[in-house]
Amino acid sequence: MTQMLKYVLQDVIRARFVLFYWLFIVAVTTLLFQLDSDPAKVVVSLLNVILLVVPLVCIVFTTIHFFNSYEFILLLMAQPIARKTVFLSQYIGVASSLALAFLAGVGLPAIAFGGAAKVLSILGIGLFITFTFVSLGFLAASLSRDKAKAIGIALLFWIYFALIYDGLILWVVYAFNDYPLEIPTLILTSLNPLDLGRIVMLLSIDVSALMGYTGAFFKEFFGNLTGEIFSLAMLSVWVLWPLWVALHRFKHNDL
Amino acid sequence: MISLKKVTKYYGRLKTLSEVDLELKAGYGYALLGPNGSGKTTLIKSILGLVIPDSGSIEVCNEPIKQQSQYRKHIGYMPQVGQYPAGLRMAQLFEMIRGLRPDAKNIDEELIETLGLRPLMDKRMYSLSGGTRQKVSAALAFLFCPVILILDEPTAGLDPVAVEILKEKIIREKKSGKLLIVTSHILSDLEEIATHMVYLFEGSVRYNSPVEEMKKETGEKTFAKSIATLIRHQDLQFNELVKP
Amino acid sequence: MKWVVTFCLLFLAVMTLHAKSTVQTTDALLRELKKAKAGDTIIIKSGHYKPGNIIIDKPMTLIGEGLPVLDGENKIEIITVLAKDVTIIGLKLINTGVSSMNDFAAIKANTAHRLKVRDNVLVNSFFGIHISNTIGAEIIHNTIYHDQVAEESSIGNGIHLWKSAQAKIENNRVSGHRDGIYFEFVTSSAVKNNYIEKNLRYGLHFMFSHENQYIENKFINNGAGVAVMYTHSIKMIKNIFSQNWGSSSYGMLLKDISDSEVRENQFLNNTVGIHMEGSSRIKFFKNIFQGNGYALRLQASCDNNDFKQNNFQQNTFDVTTNGVTVLNNITGNYWDRYEGYDLNKDGVGDTGYRPVSLYSMIVERVPASILLWRSFMVFLLDRAEKNFPAVIPENLIDNKPSMKPYDLFKKSN
Repeated sequence: MTQMLKYVLQDVIRARFVLFYWLFIVAVTTLLFQLDSDPAKVVVSLLNVILLVVPLVCIVFTTIHFFNSYEFILLLMAQPIARKTVFLSQYIGVASSLALAFLAGVGLPAIAFGGAAKVLSILGIGLFITFTFVSLGFLAASLSRDKAKAIGIALLFWIYFALIYDGLILWVVYAFNDYPLEIPTLILTSLNPLDLGRIVMLLSIDVSALMGYTGAFFKEFFGNLTGEIFSLAMLSVWVLWPLWVALHRFKHNDL
Repeated sequence: MISLKKVTKYYGRLKTLSEVDLELKAGYGYALLGPNGSGKTTLIKSILGLVIPDSGSIEVCNEPIKQQSQYRKHIGYMPQVGQYPAGLRMAQLFEMIRGLRPDAKNIDEELIETLGLRPLMDKRMYSLSGGTRQKVSAALAFLFCPVILILDEPTAGLDPVAVEILKEKIIREKKSGKLLIVTSHILSDLEEIATHMVYLFEGSVRYNSPVEEMKKETGEKTFAKSIATLIRHQDLQFNELVKP
Repeated sequence: MKWVVTFCLLFLAVMTLHAKSTVQTTDALLRELKKAKAGDTIIIKSGHYKPGNIIIDKPMTLIGEGLPVLDGENKIEIITVLAKDVTIIGLKLINTGVSSMNDFAAIKANTAHRLKVRDNVLVNSFFGIHISNTIGAEIIHNTIYHDQVAEESSIGNGIHLWKSAQAKIENNRVSGHRDGIYFEFVTSSAVKNNYIEKNLRYGLHFMFSHENQYIENKFINNGAGVAVMYTHSIKMIKNIFSQNWGSSSYGMLLKDISDSEVRENQFLNNTVGIHMEGSSRIKFFKNIFQGNGYALRLQASCDNNDFKQNNFQQNTFDVTTNGVTVLNNITGNYWDRYEGYDLNKDGVGDTGYRPVSLYSMIVERVPASILLWRSFMVFLLDRAEKNFPAVIPENLIDNKPSMKPYDLFKKSN
């Protein structure tokens, strides 16, 4: 496994894309810190980057990478190596290099500008989002043998979680406005990793926004230990279920 | 050594393998023949576990291979078209493959030398010609001295010298008691290698017997001619192999 | 220096006209209180006294030296003033009784004109200072706090005035009470430079209290902020309202307030900066609204209010409203979300700014949708609506938005 992981990492690094991704995040973070001296505001602006760019990059890169490594996988499959091992080392290799690029991309400028403590929550959520969308990327890749089609599926995932899903929530809460909606909304948002990550992050940086009557309810929920465990568990579920499905499909798909 | 029982595989609605029963034994060379789309590659990939049959079972060395991987250490596989991570240098490739099996004891690097790959070790895989890549595939297939060799069109794209070197190697390996499965369009290549002839058509095994018997049956002296006769007699559709 | 000495001598001379005694024990204190005549002074030395309920029914002065403690032992009201011209200085009054029948206070005064309460420390009293029917009370530099966690219903207000006028309340600190400062039917009074923090309900709460001034006070982290109601002609200047967070918490809640002036205040980090309903003709000038959930909730029942030269920065929502018609004038403010341009470089944006966002209106109607805050969806919605207003009130617009924040004063806490 470690041997395999080494090769996957070499492969990802050789692709240089991760380097560009890292440079991009460094540039954006640096720019935001330069534009605004208030770390809290920087974090809010970074939030938008993380909720849009990180999932997009992660899911598309993962899908493309999977197809680009097809030969590599074929080669490995002729060797006495379990598919699970091949798959998981691919996953860990891709996810960890993207995660590292993200961590260093946000973290280093933050340290340089003295805002490291403020970005901790963003780093945590960003990690979860990275792992989740790498999982979803593998899922998209496992759903089609055609590269273009798989990338299409990946983009669809992204636009669904980043945009369409929230539109649906908005529509639902508006339509059922006469009913108590706190718990249904809570459940609905938990079913979208981006929403969940956004809320957890907002509660740590932008508390006043969520402080209306309803906000207090959510604050109370997410603020206590149960809520933290719940959101952590949900975020983990979001990393794991697409990964599990993708692994299952990979184990039973023809190559 | 390898036994397939009622192996069936669909691609969508298309039945690529239809209840294939085969017993392949050590010390023999099996020529796997059949027109394009007859299921040869699917059969090979099924044995390798790359393709997962819808029903039936495959055993290698008396162990079912379903969701297993360790049995593949007995197999050396040379694919029809070798696909390799483009950015890797050849040396890295060999190093990597060896790294994956650190406990393998017998390493056979003969083909690296005889096929002249050694001076090319610094080249990146994408820069290699198709023929050189075939040589790499061959070298990799023999690298760990496997007891089973599965060679899918081993001579396609190779220059005549390399073909001879590879053939000699194959024959030597067979003689040392290994199981050999070869597909090829070039019947003369099979002549020296094959002890058995397996003919696939539309996913089923249509003919399976020792070459000597086949020659006796058809009364022909050479492998190629006896196959041609066989097709005529048995009404096997062999248009792919015997071109006018 | 000379005149100080002269003044002191003069003062002593005047004082000596009246009796002046010093006490060091509870018994002595009770004796002197009994003996005292109008105009007398009792100096209480440092110590722990348990005098029971002291009733002062003649003009006199109580002075503590070294902050003597008068202990109510959680049973009684400590000082009850029923006379004019009473002065209480430098006492530490602790542990009044708690009763749902009587409003026990550390200092309670009724019809006690010109009462002076200075430099006292009031700890764990039910009511701190409770004054009614009094003209010209001065409450200066007292520290009033309750440090035991209490239910809102089991604790009274810090400074409580009822039916009074011309009061002067300065430099006090009040925390841990129900309301920090409570006024009902109090007029022509000034509340200045007080620090009102962590009270269970409102920092400042008044009703029917006209023509008062509130200047340079800080109202911080009170249960529900500041609530003022049914009043006209008030001035609120240079106050700070901050950290009032909670489901129904406000920097300031204005209900039926009219003809007033709210200027140079800072509303920082409140759930709602200002919530106003039924209020008219108020001038909101040069205030800072920063970091609030809602900077300004302007209910449709408000009219003819003027908002000028205020800074709106880093609020979740700048303005929300519950109606379509807007009868208020919002002009020439700074909005950090304004994205217009200023071609003629006069510092005023050339296009108007709509401080109400579509999403804020959705949140008003469906509070649960706050969970979508800062999502991409909401961003797109607001963008679309800003350019093609269909739902947000057409005429709620600042036509002369300032390009730069007004340099009002530095942020402080």
